[in-house]
Amino acid sequence: MSEKPYIDRTGTPLVEMRNMSISFGGIQAVDDVSIDLYPGEVVGLLGHNGAGKSTLIKILSGAYHADSGEIFVNGEKATIANPRDARTYNIETIYQTLALADNLDAASNLFLGRELTTKMGMVDDAQMEAECRKIMHRLNPNFKKFAEPVSALSGGQRQSVAIARAVYFDAKILIMDEPTAALGPQETQMVAELVQELKRQGLGIFLISHDIADVMELCDRVSVMKNGQLVGTEKVEDVTDDDILGMIILGKKPGQKAA
Amino acid sequence: MTDTTNAPAAPSNPPPSRAMNKGAWSRFLTATELDTRLIGMVAALILIWGGFHMYGVLVNGQGFFLTPRNLWNLSVQTASIGIMATGMVLVIITRHIDLSVGSILGFTAILMGMMQVNILPQYLGLGHPLIWVITVIFGILCGVLIGGFQGFLIAYGGIPAFIVTLGGLLVWRGCAFLVARGETISPVDSTFSLLGGGPYGSVGFIGSWIVGAIICAGVIFMIVNGRRQRTKFKFAKRPYWADAFLAILGCAAAIGAVLLVNSYPWPRGIVRQYIAANNLTAEPSELFISHGFAIPVLILMVVAVTMNFVMNRTRFGRYVFAIGGNPEAAALAGIDTKWMTVKIFAIMGGLAGLSAVVASARLNSATNALGTLDELYVIAAAVIGGTSLAGGVGTIFGAILGALVMQSLQSGMVLIGFDAGMQQVVVGSVLVLAVFLDILYRRKSK
Repeated sequence: MSEKPYIDRTGTPLVEMRNMSISFGGIQAVDDVSIDLYPGEVVGLLGHNGAGKSTLIKILSGAYHADSGEIFVNGEKATIANPRDARTYNIETIYQTLALADNLDAASNLFLGRELTTKMGMVDDAQMEAECRKIMHRLNPNFKKFAEPVSALSGGQRQSVAIARAVYFDAKILIMDEPTAALGPQETQMVAELVQELKRQGLGIFLISHDIADVMELCDRVSVMKNGQLVGTEKVEDVTDDDILGMIILGKKPGQKAA
Repeated sequence: MTDTTNAPAAPSNPPPSRAMNKGAWSRFLTATELDTRLIGMVAALILIWGGFHMYGVLVNGQGFFLTPRNLWNLSVQTASIGIMATGMVLVIITRHIDLSVGSILGFTAILMGMMQVNILPQYLGLGHPLIWVITVIFGILCGVLIGGFQGFLIAYGGIPAFIVTLGGLLVWRGCAFLVARGETISPVDSTFSLLGGGPYGSVGFIGSWIVGAIICAGVIFMIVNGRRQRTKFKFAKRPYWADAFLAILGCAAAIGAVLLVNSYPWPRGIVRQYIAANNLTAEPSELFISHGFAIPVLILMVVAVTMNFVMNRTRFGRYVFAIGGNPEAAALAGIDTKWMTVKIFAIMGGLAGLSAVVASARLNSATNALGTLDELYVIAAAVIGGTSLAGGVGTIFGAILGALVMQSLQSGMVLIGFDAGMQQVVVGSVLVLAVFLDILYRRKSK
């Protein structure tokens, strides 16, 4: 395991979600959960399927509306009613499903909803493709299929389009939902390196994952959820893999006896 | 109008030439970036046209299909369906359907008929030059409101488009009947009726050459501009010969169309009227007055170019494709998919209103049966033109070609004397066959 750099958690958090709750048809998907994130930090969100991780994060990215709770960005109360609002706070999301329009090419997906336009207000495909080539060259130099629809791309290539979309627009807060689930070892390594680089640039990252090894390597803190509730948030250097497993499976905090 | 899409001449020795020939063909396709599906549709069209003509020659002793007169009529008949098909492309790309366009056409035609025959003359006086302008704007606006209302129910009410527009199919047809009390409104304003075509509703010899010149200039501008863009961003360029070929092909098609419409003269009776009206001394048989492009065809051209521009050069068009490809992703990208749906159906309604202008002007009257079954021809045109019912895929020009294919079949069968029943059998079968071929094509290209 790599040595964790020191993270200053005394100032204002980049994001703070306070007492978030949301229910769907009587099922309490997220129940009074509070988490926060500091600049240059990676916070892992762990839990079983259906623990409420993705739902919590979709509130932050504007896909869902919370029933109650408040979101603060840089200490100021933020109103996020839709994905467009989230983007104005520089919150970018890489969804587990990647959220790509399969019939469009990489550049169109990269700029979807934020197209570059000419002075006349028309979409500037040539300019967008040129920008797309630049960022893809940085992220994934092997990427060559700029003219094809993304349905023709491999899983890793599709992933890099989704990542490019989050990185291109100067994200301050990045949400990654299972970013390596569909990837081979080499591409997983690529994502890990990218996370380290973004950290150095001072971004805050929420990383949703199932893979504890992944989390222990990449994250600075972990927040574990179970049945919609927050079990606890721990610094990675303070806990072992087994402690985290206990939190996920039994819902008990380290040092605490199983309920 | 001859086939200009021949491949470069094939070498003579058979066994190796086959592979080489194929290589040349696919190289040709790559270089020109022509869509194979579009080429296929043009080929199908040529086959249909040639087939009907030859059938006439062999069975009746004379072919009527490939004559200026028939092709000119075909262009006018295609206009109404073609205009609506460009809107249906948007609707189907976003995974919806609109079954109400024929009824919207009928209803807006009746509303426009009332407007220009019963209401406006009271205030402006009969034959006032503004009557047709107000009527057309009013008709399109009514279509937009009706379509937008249906779109609102679909997007915000969550009712499937199939149901909303199936209801609309009955509701608007019924409204047309109620408003006109079942009567036919005729004749329409004399300027308005020019929008339906006919000898006076065409732009004539010089007008057609001007139109042809504009098209040629447009084609050349697009090719030069595309080349400049690619140079600017250092993308791979088409070879010079491919660009030149496309330019020549586009201009040849435009010039061919002009020659065709200009070779169809006014009928003798109209010429006689014209001579009388202008106090000329010529004999009707001496005067050759060209029809030129019919106004409805020009309307279709303008609609096609505009819609193609909207689909490929604006954010709106990009979002239409994105919603069709993955509605959830489009919403997550911050696109207001509900409002987009309202806008798309409003455009469809507006185009149905415009089609109502063309259709009622052509008939010189508004009846409440106008546009009956049009929805099926419009959907068929879009689908034959390569619009995928699974969403996300479709082109404007493809849909217009599809409309032309449908109309060619229809009028071709009339010309060779098929029964109405037989016509329906053929049109229905062709629709199913076209979609099947399309599925095979997609499966292969995957």
